[in-house]
Amino acid sequence: MTGFADQVYVLGRRSVLRTLRQPANVAAPLLFPMLLLAVNSGGLKAETKLPGFPTDSFVAFALAVPFIQGALFATMNAGTDLARDIQTGFLDRLSLTPMRGIAVLAGQLGGAVVLGLVQAAVYLGVGLAVGVRPASGVLGVLVLFVFALFVTLAFGALGAFAALRTGSGEAVQSLFPAFFVFLFISSMNIPRNLIEQTWFRDLATANPVSYLLECVRSLIITGWDAEALALGFGITGAITIASLSLSTWALRVRMARS
Amino acid sequence: MRTLAVARGVAWRTLHNVFHNPSLLVPSLVFPLFFFTAFAGGLSRVGDIPGFDYPPGYTAFQFVFVLLQSAAFGGVFTGFGIARDFESGFARRLLLAAPNRTGIVLGYASAALVRWLVTAAFLTVVAVAAGMNVGGSGVDLVGLYTLAVILNLAAVLWAAGVAMRLRTMQAGPVMQFPVFLVLFFAPVYVPLTLLQGWIHTVALVNPVTRVLESGRGFLAGTPTEVAVAFGAAVALAAAFSLWALRGLRKAEAAG
Repeated sequence: MTGFADQVYVLGRRSVLRTLRQPANVAAPLLFPMLLLAVNSGGLKAETKLPGFPTDSFVAFALAVPFIQGALFATMNAGTDLARDIQTGFLDRLSLTPMRGIAVLAGQLGGAVVLGLVQAAVYLGVGLAVGVRPASGVLGVLVLFVFALFVTLAFGALGAFAALRTGSGEAVQSLFPAFFVFLFISSMNIPRNLIEQTWFRDLATANPVSYLLECVRSLIITGWDAEALALGFGITGAITIASLSLSTWALRVRMARS
Repeated sequence: MRTLAVARGVAWRTLHNVFHNPSLLVPSLVFPLFFFTAFAGGLSRVGDIPGFDYPPGYTAFQFVFVLLQSAAFGGVFTGFGIARDFESGFARRLLLAAPNRTGIVLGYASAALVRWLVTAAFLTVVAVAAGMNVGGSGVDLVGLYTLAVILNLAAVLWAAGVAMRLRTMQAGPVMQFPVFLVLFFAPVYVPLTLLQGWIHTVALVNPVTRVLESGRGFLAGTPTEVAVAFGAAVALAAAFSLWALRGLRKAEAAG
């Protein structure tokens, strides 16, 4: 193993295999978002009768949610696995080898991104199976996958940062409810312009998760919406840069300690 | 007397643990409030859907769901504590020490009830402060909260049965997931009449639907399906009490 790419490949493969060997870590990100989609699209179908609702298919409207929810699971998986590597001393042992520290992070996140893309394919497949047809066509589906990649990377790096700072899987897991709050206080279940309560609309407008959802939603139900895409990719890019910078710094600190 | 003494001891210890540990207490207070905020605040426009007819308004409509949800999850969270007691070995010592082991289940159930009453009081104060309309009389409200108490009992007995069979914290999803499903396959966001397709069919046969619709009737001051709702709730509690007691026997047999 000589090159940096080889190191990343080996650690990325390890990350994917480790996740695949824990059925709960594979099933939860696939089943839970699909279950929530089924419950919400059944229960809130009547919402499409509201004047101004952008589509007559609530499944199409709600299909954006699993993409973001799946990324939250990536945060948990990437973070918890990295925390376990710290707790078991794997990271300490790696620091004694010629392996570059950044390869650990890249490998871990590479594994999370691969799984994120698999999740995105499953969510889209379920959507297509129940009759959703992305308004932006085949090219839009490609953009959707690129977006899923960046969102998974952004949230995965946040999970890695939490793991590197705390070194505790439990601490990473405790982030999940906080992320869930961001998801629920957003335009997850209703377009922002139809939110009646001003305070909730203001919170949803200030919440970056609303723009991530609206980016995916625009590709599925609107077609090509430059503003929604720019906001979605812009916010994802900003979170990615910030979280990667933070996790790289935290890794340097952690490796120096060990 | 022995049963009551054991129940009192188990309940006191469980409540002491919960009320002295913020990581156990805070989620059970904050999560119902969060769901209430997200549903009643974010989806209030759903009250404008043609055919939506609930005079007290959407906040009250969602309050009943969140109240019943908090009752059910109050029971499930107590089940997590039972599993933790088995994992740590405390429950085995408890089984050895208790002169009447049925009191152990009774104690956990009593603790779940007290724990939920605190959550319910908190949620109710917040909902009323947020301007929730209440159409029902005092008697109607007693009906609503009694339904929630029975649901809390059913949930803790379900979770206790699982915890005593599996005796590990990893049983958490097994306790939680079915409760989540049965709650969300009821008319959560709109009345039963506005549900369409498969979810309408599922909601029709879901016993929690009757409890939810009746609870909403109580809060509106127009009680509906009272006998069916109480029958469904009591039947659930009775079935899960057998489940929990058989779980206790399995835990005893496991030693």
